[in-house]
Amino acid sequence: MTFWTYRRRDNLVGYLFVAPALLGSLAFVLIPLVLVGWYSLNEWNVLGGTFEFIGAENYQQLLNDEKLRSALVATAWFAVGLVVLNLSLALLLAVLLNQKLRGTTLFRTLFFSPVLVSLVAWTLVWQLMLQPEGSVNGLLGFFGIDGPNWLRGESTAMISVIVVQVIKNVGLNMVLFLAALQGVPAPLYEAAKIDGAGAWTRFRRITIPLISPTILLTSIITIVGSLQVFAQIAVLTQGGPGTSTTVLIYYLYQQAFQFHHFGYGATISVLLFVIVAALTLVQWRMRRKWVLHES
Amino acid sequence: MSRLLALIVTALLALTACSGSAASGPKTLRMTVWTANDAHLKLLNEIAAEYKAVHPDVTEIKFDSIPADGYTTTLTTQIAGGNAPDLAWILEESAPDFVSSGALAPIRSKVEKADELVPSATKLWEKDGELYAYPFSTSPFGLFVNTSLVKDVPAKWTWEQAMAAAAASGKGLVLPDFKYQNWAVLSAIWRGWDANAWSEDGRSCGFASAEMKDAMSFLHKAIFTDKAIPGPGTTVDFFAGNAAMAVSQISRAGALKDAKFTWTLVPLPSGPKGDYAVIGQAGVGVLKRSKNAEAAADFLGFFTNEANSAKLAQFFPSVRSSLLNAQTLAKSNPLIRPEQLQSVVVEGISKGVVKPSHQGQEELNQTIRAALDPLWKPDADVNAVLDDVCAKIKPLLERK
Repeated sequence: MTFWTYRRRDNLVGYLFVAPALLGSLAFVLIPLVLVGWYSLNEWNVLGGTFEFIGAENYQQLLNDEKLRSALVATAWFAVGLVVLNLSLALLLAVLLNQKLRGTTLFRTLFFSPVLVSLVAWTLVWQLMLQPEGSVNGLLGFFGIDGPNWLRGESTAMISVIVVQVIKNVGLNMVLFLAALQGVPAPLYEAAKIDGAGAWTRFRRITIPLISPTILLTSIITIVGSLQVFAQIAVLTQGGPGTSTTVLIYYLYQQAFQFHHFGYGATISVLLFVIVAALTLVQWRMRRKWVLHES
Repeated sequence: MSRLLALIVTALLALTACSGSAASGPKTLRMTVWTANDAHLKLLNEIAAEYKAVHPDVTEIKFDSIPADGYTTTLTTQIAGGNAPDLAWILEESAPDFVSSGALAPIRSKVEKADELVPSATKLWEKDGELYAYPFSTSPFGLFVNTSLVKDVPAKWTWEQAMAAAAASGKGLVLPDFKYQNWAVLSAIWRGWDANAWSEDGRSCGFASAEMKDAMSFLHKAIFTDKAIPGPGTTVDFFAGNAAMAVSQISRAGALKDAKFTWTLVPLPSGPKGDYAVIGQAGVGVLKRSKNAEAAADFLGFFTNEANSAKLAQFFPSVRSSLLNAQTLAKSNPLIRPEQLQSVVVEGISKGVVKPSHQGQEELNQTIRAALDPLWKPDADVNAVLDDVCAKIKPLLERK
């Protein structure tokens, strides 16, 4: 009996086919993931070239870190603001653009186009527009409103970052909602209409339950995305004023790459990983309650 | 599962095999720099070509331009990633971190005529009597004035007079590198009040001192009451002719080569405590971890010898006492008149205090930046903000 049986040969071919993807995720996902866990147990002085095992010390620091607490609060504000604004605006736009009217294609393209723009270019343009003498305040001045110095006020800076991010990405969720809305069978609406249901009742009792899988999907994507916002903060506010927009991932960047505390930075990324995993798990569990098809 | 493990082990072995090459044979050197200016790079490459001509074992010297914004972050990330350059420019604010950490190789023996370097300029780069980087650029702060906008410029202003003139011009005075972020640039003003960010030994905070409070109150008034300095969030470019004055380093004079307006350069105005000078510095060091550290140090010696220092001085003021006179400087600085060079550069370098720097500078930078943010509002309580800065940075200064 030869070594190269059909079965073995088939297996080999199979492995070769998946090898590129497997190697890629090994090199760029799995190995870094394990390494980050390992780094978080060490103190790594990049300049001095020392790498010292310190056990759970970084995790202890995590518990006593006041700046981390303020970063978590900023992250929560950002995530809540972004998810609420993004999802409600996306759904509103989708419902409006789901009408069979002239020009809806133009508007769909218009609202979707920011998704395709380079993130940094988008943010830089907004940075100019949000200057005290910028075009946003120019527009407000046209209506007799004296606009604030958006990026220098503690609450206005956070609002600015959220709005810039929402306008950038709302088109993506809008398209997902549009697709879901078009999947709702028209006879259901007709039947409800005959039974005397108004527009709001039809929306609440038919549309929302039937597009609930998409609501779940978009909320997971948006929440996970909100925890990973970096370039906008780096360009618009650098975490300021004060530390009002220093969200978790920006704090991680500061600790690891600016303050050279790579070990502690790795510890924060473990925390971020746990938070994202926990949120996703919770949402996944809740799907039975939220999503019509799952009950 | 065991197959997966075997795969991982093979991949790791392949990776380590690649990185273990020997240091003998032809060498290539890489120096990280933050300039991308064509004239600068041309000169650097000329010096490198001369060196290669007499050192055939060095086959390539590459100048790797990294943007000044985030330069140190990129450099340390390269080091962390095992891809350290052989030589690196280092900003004065990172000097204490680099020098004290042991990341740099000692270079005094390689520097030609090391004893003619001005002591005030090498202090930052020394530890236990050894030199760890060569201060290749020492650039004093001066006051650039747009004389198309401000006609009457005395040889020496006081800060009160300068701010009044800036406010009267309607265009104001700018600190191009400050941007309400890089607070260390403000030392070019507060030194006139004898204020300091921290004590000489770096252990106690200076922000809450009476001198600092006076200086910052003056600055706050200039910004929000007198409108002599454009407020936060606005971008005003002196070098494009949009501001009346700029507090900046002499090395920026090159940006005025094609200026559409007339300008002059005067020493920093005097403060309540008299005359003073502030300098910014940059050093170039050899990374100890470089495989070619020996060759890199040798090249550094050549790069900074008397002849090459003279060439570099047209962009980067030299700290060699033999080159530090108005006549020599004038040859390579056609834009600036000899008397300006004497008053701003020569006296600035010999008298000047280097911008504040400390171990763990970046963390201090960010903490102070955040704590100072409430100051940049019209109704700020200057004293309370400065007391808060000290409360915030105390643990960082006391940390060892």
